[in-house]
Parts: sequence; C-alpha cells; structure tokens
Amino acid sequence: MLRYVAKRVVYMFVALLIIISLTWFISKLLPGTPFADQKLTSETRAQLYAKYGLDEPWPVQYSKYMLNVVQGDLGNSYYFQSKPVTEIILARLPVSAFIGIQAIVFGLIIGLVLGIVAALRHNRFWDSAATVLAILGVSVPSFVLGPILQYWLGVKLGWFPIAFFESWWHSVLPSLALSVFVIATVARFIRAEMLEVMGQDYTTLAKAKGLSGLAVVLKHVLRNALIPLVTVLAPLTIYIITGSLVVEQIFAVPGIGEEFVRSVVVSDYAMILGTTIFFSVLFILALLIQDILYGIIDPRIRVAGAKE
Amino acid sequence: METRRDELTADQFERLEVGTQDSERIVGPPVGFWRDSWNRLKKNRGALVGLAVIVVVIIVAYLGPLVSPYTPYGQDLSRRFADPSSRFWFGTDEFGRDMWNRVWIGTRVSLYIGFLAAFLDLAVGVTYGAISGLLGGRVDDVMQRGIEILNGVPYLVVAILAMLVLSPGIITITIAIGLTSWTYMARIVRGRMLQLKEQEFALASLSLGANRTRLLVKHLLPNSLGPMIVNLMFTIPLAIFSEAFLSFIGLGIQPPDTSLGALLSEGYKELRFHPYLLWFPTAVFSLLMISFNLFADGLRDALDPKMRK
Amino acid sequence: MAAMHEGNILQVKDLRISFSTYAGEVEAVRGISFDLRRGETLAIVGESGSGKTVTAKSLMRLLPKANTLIKGGEAIFEGENLLKLSEQQMQKIRGSKIAMVFQDPMTSLDPTMRVGKQIVESLRKHLGLSGQRAKERAVELLTLVGIPNPEDRVRQYPHQFSGGMRQRVVIAIALACDPQILIADEPSTALDVTIQAQILELLRELQERLGMSVILITHDLGVVAHTAHRVAVMYAGKIVETGTLREIFYNPQMPYTWGLLSSISLPTADRSQDLIPIPGSPPDMSDPPKGCPFTARCPYAMRICAEDMPEYTTFSAEHKAACWLHHPMAPNIDPPARVGSAR
Repeated sequence: MLRYVAKRVVYMFVALLIIISLTWFISKLLPGTPFADQKLTSETRAQLYAKYGLDEPWPVQYSKYMLNVVQGDLGNSYYFQSKPVTEIILARLPVSAFIGIQAIVFGLIIGLVLGIVAALRHNRFWDSAATVLAILGVSVPSFVLGPILQYWLGVKLGWFPIAFFESWWHSVLPSLALSVFVIATVARFIRAEMLEVMGQDYTTLAKAKGLSGLAVVLKHVLRNALIPLVTVLAPLTIYIITGSLVVEQIFAVPGIGEEFVRSVVVSDYAMILGTTIFFSVLFILALLIQDILYGIIDPRIRVAGAKE
Repeated sequence: METRRDELTADQFERLEVGTQDSERIVGPPVGFWRDSWNRLKKNRGALVGLAVIVVVIIVAYLGPLVSPYTPYGQDLSRRFADPSSRFWFGTDEFGRDMWNRVWIGTRVSLYIGFLAAFLDLAVGVTYGAISGLLGGRVDDVMQRGIEILNGVPYLVVAILAMLVLSPGIITITIAIGLTSWTYMARIVRGRMLQLKEQEFALASLSLGANRTRLLVKHLLPNSLGPMIVNLMFTIPLAIFSEAFLSFIGLGIQPPDTSLGALLSEGYKELRFHPYLLWFPTAVFSLLMISFNLFADGLRDALDPKMRK
Repeated sequence: MAAMHEGNILQVKDLRISFSTYAGEVEAVRGISFDLRRGETLAIVGESGSGKTVTAKSLMRLLPKANTLIKGGEAIFEGENLLKLSEQQMQKIRGSKIAMVFQDPMTSLDPTMRVGKQIVESLRKHLGLSGQRAKERAVELLTLVGIPNPEDRVRQYPHQFSGGMRQRVVIAIALACDPQILIADEPSTALDVTIQAQILELLRELQERLGMSVILITHDLGVVAHTAHRVAVMYAGKIVETGTLREIFYNPQMPYTWGLLSSISLPTADRSQDLIPIPGSPPDMSDPPKGCPFTARCPYAMRICAEDMPEYTTFSAEHKAACWLHHPMAPNIDPPARVGSAR
C-alpha cells in the first residue's frame, strides 16, 4: 500500500516538472513581447526586460524559472508589476474554491439520488427521465446555463444577486450553474455502475441467500458501485477549473478564473503561465488524491491477495 | 395430438435423412453485428430524435440564409436592435445586421469546425493509438507516458495556450481543438490493437506472411470501427463546445465572421435589454449539443450491448 | 395440488418457462417434470441452452422479473407451489430451506465484503444469530468445507482465496442454515480439473453427512458418474430420459444419451472405439421444432420424429425415455457399440 502511494507521488512530481517546462516553453512562443502595448521608451523597455530577466539566454531563464517555481515563486505579474503571481492566485483561491466545492458537493448529492433511482427503476419511467435529464445536463454548458440562470432567477425573479461575491447568497447561482454538469455526470456514472453490479453473480447469490431486495441493494450493490465513483474526482476537477473561467466572468466573481481571462486579454504572460501551472498542479493533485483514495477504499488494492 | 396416435402409418417410421446443414439451418437466421446494432438503435427513441434534430439543424443552417432577403454582414444602423418580427425573424444586432442570417451562418461555422476538429482528433488519435499498440514494448510505454503528461493540463487550457500562440482563425481553432482531445481516441484504439494483436487470427495471418500494414487495415481497423464511430459522435459536440468556449472568452472567431460561440458572447453582453440576441443562438447551440449527445449515447448503447438489460 | 409421493422432497410438474426478448418469445423450458427424493443427488444433464440452469433458477425464483414468463407448471415443496409464492415467502425459503451454488467462484462472492460476513448474513437473516455466536458458526462452516485456518480466513476478502477455496466458501454460505435442498449449478465447471474432483468429493461427502437432497446441474457426464444417484437428461427444454445412474450409463434408451456417452471417455469403455461427437448444434428456441427436438442431429431420425413429440416409454420404476424408437412400429435399433460395450 505504501509502495503504491510512493509510486504515485513520484510520478506526480515528474509529470509536473515536464508540464511546467513545456508550459514555460510555450510561453516563450507567444507572439508579441510583453510590454509592447505600453507606451515605453526603448530604454525603459530594456530596463524592464532586464528586471524580468527576459534578456538572458533561454537556458538561463529556464533554470531560474524552474528554481523559483520549486520554491513557490511564479514571478511577478507583468500587468501588476509589483505583485507576485503566486500572491494574486492565492488571494483569489478561496472564492473559486468555495464556489467549486459547493458545486461538487451539491452535484454529488443530487446526482447520486438521481442515478440510484434510475438504476433501481431500470427501463421504467424514472430511468428514462433521469437519463434524458442527465444528457441535458451534460450538453448545456455552463456559459449557456449561467446567463439563463442569471436572467430568470436573477433579473426576472430577483431571487438571487447576479454579480460579485459579497455574501453566500451570491455564490448560489454560480455554483448552481457549475453543478448541473456534476449532477449529470455523477448520475450517469452511478447508474451505469449500479446496473453493472446488479448484473453480477454475487448480487444473484445475495438474493439466493434470501436477503430482501433492499438489503441486497444497501449491503452489496451500493458499496460496490460507489467505490469506482472516486474516479470521477479528477475529471470533475478539470471541469470545475475550466468552468470557473466562464462562470466567474459571467457572474463577475473575483476568482482565479476571472483573473486568468483578464490576463489573456492583456497578454500578462507571467500570469497566464503561472495560472496554467497552478491549474496543472491542482489537477495532478486531484489525480493523486483520487488514486490514493481508491487504494484505500477498494479492499482488492488495500489488502494484498494471498493465494493458497 | 391424441387422435394422431391411432393413425400412425408405417411410412412415418422411415429413416429421415437429415444432414448437418439442416441442423444448422434450424438455428434461426443469422443477424449480422451491424444489423443487430441498427435494430437496437432504432428502438432508442432519444437517439432517433437526436439524429433527426441534427439533420434538421444542418439543413436549416444551409438553406435558412437563402430564404431570407438579408445578408449576415450587411449593416444598417437605422434598424439596430430591432426585436424579432415578421420582417427580421430573429431581430437585428447592434449594427443592424439580420440575426436570422447571422445565427445560421454562425451555425455553419460551428458545425464545420466541430466536424473538422472531430476528424482531426480521430486521425491523430487513431494513428497515435495504432502505432503505440502495434509497436508495443518500449515505444508504447513512452507514447503512453506522453499521453499522460498531455492529460495533466486541462484540455481547454491547452486550447487557450494554443490559440495564444497561433492567431485566431478557423483553421487554427480547428487545430487547437483537435489537438487537445485526441488522447481518449488514442487510448481506445491502442487498447483494441493490443487485444486484437494477441488473438489467433492475427497471429495466423502474420504467420502466413501478411505484412503489418495489411493486418492493420484489413483486420484491426474494422474491428475497432464501433468505438471509433461512437467516439467521433461524442467529439463533435465537444469540439463545438470548445469553439464556443474559446469564442466566449475572446480567443475564437473574430468579427465580422461569426460562430455560435461568438454570437453567445455578443448576445450575453446585451442580455439586460436585448435578450433575444442571446436566446436564439442559445437555442440552436443547446439543441445541437443535446441532440449529438443523445444520438451518441444511443449509438454507444446500440453498438455495445453489454451494458443494457 | 397433488399429494406428495412418499420420499419426495420436491415435485416438479410440467414446468414451462419462456423469455420475452426483442426477437420474440424464447421457450427455454417446455414442460418438464421430475421428482427429487429425500437424501439423493439428482443430476440434470444437458448442453448449454438446454434449459437446465433456467430450471434451477426458476425453483428459487431468481430469474429476472422483467422478461421472464412462467407459463405453467408447479414445483411442490413442503406442500406449497414454489412458483406461486410471494416474494416475501420466497425470501424465507431461499438460503434457509433451499440453497444454491453457482458456477463461477471468481464472481460469486462480493469482492468488497469479508468472507465471514457474507456467511453471517445468511445466519443473521434466517437463524437470528449475531455477534460471537454467528462468527463461531461461520468458522465451523469453513471447517466443514475443508478450509484450513478458518479463524484467520474468516476475516479475509474473496480475492485472497484461490478458485477452489472460493467455491468452498460459496458452499459454506449455501449450507449455513442447513438447507433441505441444495441446487448446484455447474459447481466445478470453472475450476481446474484436480480441484473439480475435490469439490465434487466435498459435495458428495456433505450430502451423505448432512442428508441433504441435491440437484446437480452439469453438462459433463463424467461429473455425474461420481456423484449422482439418478440422472435426468435434458435437451432443448425437455427431459428426454431419466433413470438411475446405472440405468443411464449401462442401459441408455435414447439416441441423445447415446451421443452423450459416446462423446466422453469412460474408463470402462472399449478403447478401440473412437470418440464420436454429436454434430450440429441445438435448435433455436424462439422457434422450437414441433417434433422431437433432437431430430436434426439424430442418426436414427424417422419422419415421425420431425412431426410429433414422442411419449415416454417406461422401462423400470425409475427409468423412462421419450423416443419414437420405442414405438412398436419402429424398427429395431441397437445402441452404438461403444455405448453397448459399457455394459
């Protein structure tokens, strides 16, 4: 078990290293020079370049950058020149995290209920209804859902505020917009898993023991179906990350996503680079946690098999 | 049957010559894999509805603008922000351009990008996966690691970075999108490749001197066709979505050209006072996404019966 | 409901089961009748698709409700028709009075639940045992089925057992509440040959020791030879011959049975004879033949065979077979030499 975890951690580091290097390399390919827009004399520009170390040969820039990154220093924003990228990201993190986690929790709960009901009522009304709802939820992206929610629940009905982040109430619409996809994905997944488990021999054996339908579901089906649910963790993290880019725009939420979009618009390359790396770190962390969790809750991995 | 007992005649006890081909004949008519799948698909109403809607949208996207007297680019500032009416079926935008035209032109672009990117995705994915699976061993390991690294960055972020490096245009967007989501296809194809490589008919064929390419084309690819088609059907809405996403944050189709994503972005800006500018593109976009997903879902169920019942 | 024949623990009469599929109705079991005596092992033998597993599952009412049609017949156990009982009533019987062992031990056990707990589930539900007492009983059962170190093993997960050991666990679960009838559906098929023998031996021992009645479903006559008292041969949803073990092996009366015996290697058979497989495959059950189902593959087929179902001819108290060859108007046929020489 320990070896399993250690392998995963090492792998995570290697992957991150490569990703960061690649991202850095790509940033060098970005057209235009930073500071090109701003009205600067060539002297000032040269000074700025020197300050940011942009005049040095690439291998030097690379090593310096990597060294800094390892220490958590992602450089300074080109736009907000005195502010370190890391600082900006961390300042905005709580907001994005809150909305994202709320969306996942809400989505998980509703999704589980929907998916379980669909599986138990397989091929009957609730199953088809749930499947259609799930497909709807997966198909309508958050940047379509967001404005719709904003318009109907925010403007027309006035139930929720539609911008900024001054109270929990403000987080409802953004989280809701994000959660629809989560609901749909979780519902489809758990339904498929449950159907698969219900078709297994051991479920029939449980019935053959005389257990009631409810007991079979609670004691055998659910446990086996929920374990793989952990594997949805990483894809959902990606979804929340990318979804936040748009949702935060629409609802003017001061999160990381909003900052990223702004940095794209103003060509703040340091910020773009830094945020991309941050996203990757998040994702790889999510993968790592997912793998470890899976190893813990699946007895086939947790307890090594000892054949007779 | 009781009455017949008494009427049994000697000739009924004569030998009946039944060859083995007859015994095989008694087993029902063979239904091929594709026909079987088509039967299953037909029963899935959601999938059929999805397919129908897709076809209808495509037809209207190409014929719609022809029906209207206006053009998608013609500006007329005297009739800005006109509400939908019998004159302008979808209203006009801030430059007085007819929205009916713009929406359908935009749909064409989105569909075009969607299909193109999906095919690019397929081509790259299949090639990568096939090579990886066929060559196996070290090469396969390295190639798989490569995929895992690529997957470490959220795919839309990769698309964004790609768009920053290349400048926005239909082709570049297609490339950006197509290049970020091929990994899933590659995995599937590689999996199939590895599976089929081991099976006897592949070994037998090889031992008869067939070279690898022949093996690939004649045996391995047709066997993977099912998942490939399903994946393609799922990739198209994904590509359309990615394009819309990029356009929404300003990295996609630039004006005066338009796509569904660009229209969504523009429409959103006017949500407060001219919501119709958003609703029409939203409706078309959502219809497309839902239909593709419904159809792809149904297709997958039809081609892979293990899941259902 | 007919009165129970003395010594019968289960009486099945004219059982008919079909499935509704999108290709139409498939008749899996087309009117079979058999008895299970107390303390005996009855083997139901047939190829895949003959309907034997469906028969077994129907007795426990474990067939999927959605598309199963019980079209007729009765299965009388303790004075009740199993086919007509409510789900609640069936749940009381399953696992306690009638238990089942499935074919594939690798998939029969819940991979995420400890083995002991899976045994205890039965004990708790039917006998109300719990806690320490239940655990002790679980250990006893593991010992009974021959698993070493049962105190340790009882806390382990299925993947920590080998295939043969898992099957023993499945048997332990089945025996937990001392059932009167044990239905074993191909219990050894998925196992290695040497393990097969062990499991069959275990079943035989347990049956003697506990006095259970066993229905053994199999396609393998070799398995039958070791363990069964009586044999019923099934083909395409019908029972074509029944008899005691000796009668079936030494005096079979139906060409399908001859075919089965010729296609296996019996230690007593004349080795100079070739093994003769039965050519062809079973008929399509969505459109079953109206005559004897074996006609298409029978080397002795006559015209009447394709037209009409033969009635049973009785050869002894236990032995009967359904074949037109026994009709007085049929020509005299000798069974193939190989079968005859097994005498």
